[in-house]
Amino acid sequence: MDRPTSSFADFLASHSPDLLPGRAPAAGNVLSPATDSPALRDLPHATTIVAAVCDHGVVLAGDRRATAGSMIAKRDVEKVFRSDEYSAIGYAGTGSAGIEFVRLYQVELEHYEKMEGRPLSLEGKANRLAWMIRGNLAAAMQGFIVVPLFVGYDEDSDSGRIFSYDVLGGPYEEQRFYSIGSGSVFARGALKKLYVDDMPVQDAVLASVQALYDAADDDSATGGPDLTRRIFPVIATVTADGFRKLPEAESEQVTRQVVQERLAQPDGPSASLHAAG
Amino acid sequence: MPFGYVSPAQAMRDKAEYARQGIARGRSCVTLQYEGGILMMAPNTSSALHKMSEIYDRIAFAAVGRYNEFETLRKAGITYADITGYQFDRRDVTARGIAIYYAQNLGTIFTENLKPFEVEIVVAEVGTRPEADQIYRITYDGSVTDEPGFVAFGGQADQVSTVLKERYSPGMSLTEAFAAALAALSASGNGERNEIAATQLEVAVLDRTRDHRAFRRIRTARLEELIAESRSADTKTAPADEAPAAPEAPAAGSEPATGPEPGSTDRGGGVL
Repeated sequence: MDRPTSSFADFLASHSPDLLPGRAPAAGNVLSPATDSPALRDLPHATTIVAAVCDHGVVLAGDRRATAGSMIAKRDVEKVFRSDEYSAIGYAGTGSAGIEFVRLYQVELEHYEKMEGRPLSLEGKANRLAWMIRGNLAAAMQGFIVVPLFVGYDEDSDSGRIFSYDVLGGPYEEQRFYSIGSGSVFARGALKKLYVDDMPVQDAVLASVQALYDAADDDSATGGPDLTRRIFPVIATVTADGFRKLPEAESEQVTRQVVQERLAQPDGPSASLHAAG
Repeated sequence: MPFGYVSPAQAMRDKAEYARQGIARGRSCVTLQYEGGILMMAPNTSSALHKMSEIYDRIAFAAVGRYNEFETLRKAGITYADITGYQFDRRDVTARGIAIYYAQNLGTIFTENLKPFEVEIVVAEVGTRPEADQIYRITYDGSVTDEPGFVAFGGQADQVSTVLKERYSPGMSLTEAFAAALAALSASGNGERNEIAATQLEVAVLDRTRDHRAFRRIRTARLEELIAESRSADTKTAPADEAPAAPEAPAAGSEPATGPEPGSTDRGGGVL
């Protein structure tokens, strides 16, 4: 009897391993580990993702730029996705690998839910993602690095949670807020000063957009709001009502507000010098 | 004739007879179209061991017969759908593909195995318009039929089907379709009607208006509500119906048991 599994990735691994992302090239010698080869350097890379826990939920947002070396590969790339009804995933790293990876992860969660008649627990989803990243290690060693940021609504604690990863897996649970990608240093710095515990979801959305603006301000690989082409960050919220990707109009409104404010104060809102009593 | 020889024709007849008897021992299940999608209903006292399930975004599965056998098929169908959707695109998974996949498997099992599967399956897909809806029925021997509008299958399929045929009309509302399905399942052989409580029903819909995953189970409060609505609708329309049904229907409507029953809240409150 076959080993019973409700995991789609496990099933692929045993029945059609060629369909798994990142695994097939590792077996052959098609790719040398020369990470400085132009073929690899010029692959589009996705950049900054921010996440912030809010009141009974969590916000995940990403800029829209993909870079290939010092070139802008794509202005309107999306790197924040619905992974299932109560979780969202964003990634930084090689674009093509990330897209495939997210697609597999989405099927993985849905497959379990359909097979078992119940969704995975939030920890189960986070752990599963760690296992899948480890599976991508061989590809990561060759330069195809994908690092996700996973957020979800935890029904048991009625709160949003954030999980981060490295190329070997994880998960590392993050408190309050987190950011990944090339602009993450600046985004995290901004969030640190703007974040307030139990923020309403609209405030967390605004703080995330401010953080992305700061990341774009100082990191050339992170795209700022493109007002002329009307390209704005992708913002998702996950609350008790489930996953919601903000419609473009809403994202535009928040972003325009931030840009408007920055016309007067280019560095954005400044935090108080003293901690509140 | 050599000792122990059984003609292929006889062997097939025996197998078919065996499968039919197995299926006839169980209850029926109905699947029918309504304005906003496809409704599935079956008597089922368990809230954990389901007869219907989501297969893919807009495709659902309903089965009657032996649980272990249709559960194997259900899981195989989900895997087939997920692989196809992952390899190509989500739009490339169709009820037709899954129905044929089941038909091939059931056909092979029927001819090659000593014991055929004692199951009957329906695969339904909700389209963007009612004309695009599809309902397929697959029987134990791998026969597959396209059933436009509605289908009743399982134990007392003929009786259930007769009532369903009378009550079904294209473009029904959910309440009307629910009432029709309930009436069909309540019909027993000698014209009597059994009352079915919410705790004895498993109901699911493929909701045309939902974006991503159309399958939704109807449980607890919403189920009680639909039962109450369909009974009061039945009471109103009863005088227009044929005479024998009339005395039954008002009695059904006045039944006080239509309110929420004690203990009904613990029946898996989570929406799937």
